[in-house]
Amino acid sequence: MAGGGRRTRTAAVAGMAAGALAALAACGGDGEAGPPVLTWYINPDNGGQAELAQVCTDEAEGRYRIATALLPSDADAQREQLIRRLAAEDGSVALMSIDPIFVPEFAEAGFLAPVPDDLREEVTEGVVESAVQAATYQDEIVSVPFWANTQLLWYRQSVAEEAGVDLESAVTWEQVIEAAEQTDSTVAVQARRYEGYAVLIQALVAGAGGAVIENPDDEAENLEYGLDSDAGRAASEVIASLASSGVGGPALSSSDETAALSLFQGDRGGFMVNWPFVWRSSVDAVDAGSLDQAVVDDIGWAVYPATTDDAEPAPPFGGIQLGVGAFTPDADLAYEAAACLSRPENQRDYFLSSGNPAAAAEVYDDPEVQEQYPMAETIRDSLEQAVPRVQTPYYGDVSTALQRTFSPPEDVEPGSTPGRATDLIRDVLAGEALL
Amino acid sequence: MSEASTATATRPGRHAAVPSGGDRGRDRRRGGPSDRARAERRLGWYLAGPAFVILLAVTLYPILQAVFYSLFSYRLTNPDAREFVGLSNYGVILTDPLWWRAFAVTAFITVVTVVVELVIGFALALVMHRALSLLRPIIRTVILIPYAIITVVSAFAWQYAFSIDSGFVNRWLRLGEVDWFGDFWTAITVIMLSEIWKTTPFISLLLLAGLAQVPEDLQEAARVDGATWWERLRRVTIPNMKAAILVAVLFRALDAFRIFDNVFVMTGGSQDTSTLSLLAYNQTITRVEIGLGSAVSVLLFLSVVAIAFLFIRLFNVDLARARGEA
Repeated sequence: MAGGGRRTRTAAVAGMAAGALAALAACGGDGEAGPPVLTWYINPDNGGQAELAQVCTDEAEGRYRIATALLPSDADAQREQLIRRLAAEDGSVALMSIDPIFVPEFAEAGFLAPVPDDLREEVTEGVVESAVQAATYQDEIVSVPFWANTQLLWYRQSVAEEAGVDLESAVTWEQVIEAAEQTDSTVAVQARRYEGYAVLIQALVAGAGGAVIENPDDEAENLEYGLDSDAGRAASEVIASLASSGVGGPALSSSDETAALSLFQGDRGGFMVNWPFVWRSSVDAVDAGSLDQAVVDDIGWAVYPATTDDAEPAPPFGGIQLGVGAFTPDADLAYEAAACLSRPENQRDYFLSSGNPAAAAEVYDDPEVQEQYPMAETIRDSLEQAVPRVQTPYYGDVSTALQRTFSPPEDVEPGSTPGRATDLIRDVLAGEALL
Repeated sequence: MSEASTATATRPGRHAAVPSGGDRGRDRRRGGPSDRARAERRLGWYLAGPAFVILLAVTLYPILQAVFYSLFSYRLTNPDAREFVGLSNYGVILTDPLWWRAFAVTAFITVVTVVVELVIGFALALVMHRALSLLRPIIRTVILIPYAIITVVSAFAWQYAFSIDSGFVNRWLRLGEVDWFGDFWTAITVIMLSEIWKTTPFISLLLLAGLAQVPEDLQEAARVDGATWWERLRRVTIPNMKAAILVAVLFRALDAFRIFDNVFVMTGGSQDTSTLSLLAYNQTITRVEIGLGSAVSVLLFLSVVAIAFLFIRLFNVDLARARGEA
């Protein structure tokens, strides 16, 4: 009896092992020869990139097929995964959706295949200035602008009216905070210790006419830091005042884009700086029945506030650049595909389906875009003024050091925080401090 | 170390933990093993050998590689600039307040969670031990559920529960708008709660195994002598399962010292909640500073080795005895 049981068990185990092997073998490849498959590593969206992949695959008429592979949802994790693959010289990485802040790092490390001469002009023509800047490293185009993002100042018209603040003309952070205090409403920002907070800090510094690093293209030991300056102090003052006045909301130090949006949509919502996805999200929330139409009707938008009276606003720049992996055997085809994916009409469709704004300026004149995104013109204006974050191969270190010294926002001291941040960035880049 | 293997390793053996067991083994060794014993030992090596080799390949190799890399200034995105720097990475780390802060946080989490887990785990083990045999499997399954949940998943569950926008804890406890992850003490409390919730079942299983080793006749004798429940617990039960308790504490302490998932998911190290594992992750994976990150990992490894060594030396934990081997 016992022996029979053991035999049955052995047979069952052997059967399972054989099954697993067969399944593995099936995974090994589909066997049939077809067009080269270009794997496009994409950031998660609502399926818009997968649709574009299909459009361009159809258009290629069998020369290549684009398959999408999903990256994690936050930009840091996307970078980590791509770097691990590229450092191992993974030839399967043909196309990548890269957050523009990591373009210099990828370019410096030799992870990006050079852009063919004939494509350089094609992919930057008619593209908003900030997106071209973000595609450039050491005076060369190294990536293809795909979509361009920028933050706007969103406000509740009723609150702005009550506070008597005129948002048609440029405003400063001080005015916005004052208006919120007057009306007992909130100013939703991103101040959790993550990239979104680094976006805020850098936009505030740039909005006071400064820069965290003056010469980011240079070698680490020759960098000049611009944070310990009037601009850096003005930026810190805004953060300190958001925290001390309480207008940043009850969870300022753990607020990200989504938390900011829910604060803005809530009862005390007044003002918010955020990316345009919030519009689409709000409209969808109304359709789903989780948000009142009255809230959406009340939403207004304006260009990002300036930090000081005498400086121009410097809205944050974001979006996605398309990069072609340096180790793919099909770099030419991949660039052909990138050119297809980033064509203005495809950018337009992507804007309409996903809510991610186009890098091509002409898209904003499209009647359907203007109808669905009444703030399209403001977005384009903002993109023309937007300032990319520090374009250095060490962006991750710079950003983390900023986040660390400026966290939590309640502890920011305009007199000392910018100096401490500068010291930490310098030490970290010299390999003399942990992060 | 895999927790599953330790759980089975401490399964109550056929032999009760008889205090003289170790001596008996030593006596036999002096006389030399019999042919049968030698054959059994050889068979043991044949059976365990392949696993041993694989284990060496997947643990020893990365450890040696980390030690090697820790002597270099080496950034993954700039491999050409790799440079031998000797022990300077260790100097940078050990003089950085961030390392000591993370060390203190990690030690704090380890001590608090292990103590609380031990108390709750012991209570749960007693419940399981005393439960009617009909109920025992059900209770055991219920108690084990948290342990069956993947740590990342449980960390997200706890984060959602306590988060200020979607969480229900603030509402249930009528706390208003408390930002749990906005302050060190509240954040570390949630992190430790989730850790305790998740791993208490593990410790209670180990203790249940220990309870089963306590000879029933000793209990019986104490009962006849008129000892109360508390006296029996203190004078009979606990002394007889000392080895099981120490092994449980050791394994949990080693695991707790490497805490990563909860902190990574809930705070990402903000509010100064960074632990040593997170520090190693940040240098190696996020900053791709392989040299510096490897040095942090090596130091973390040495800390864990030191804890294990201290336990075994200080408390005389006899792993063989805890396994029920005579």
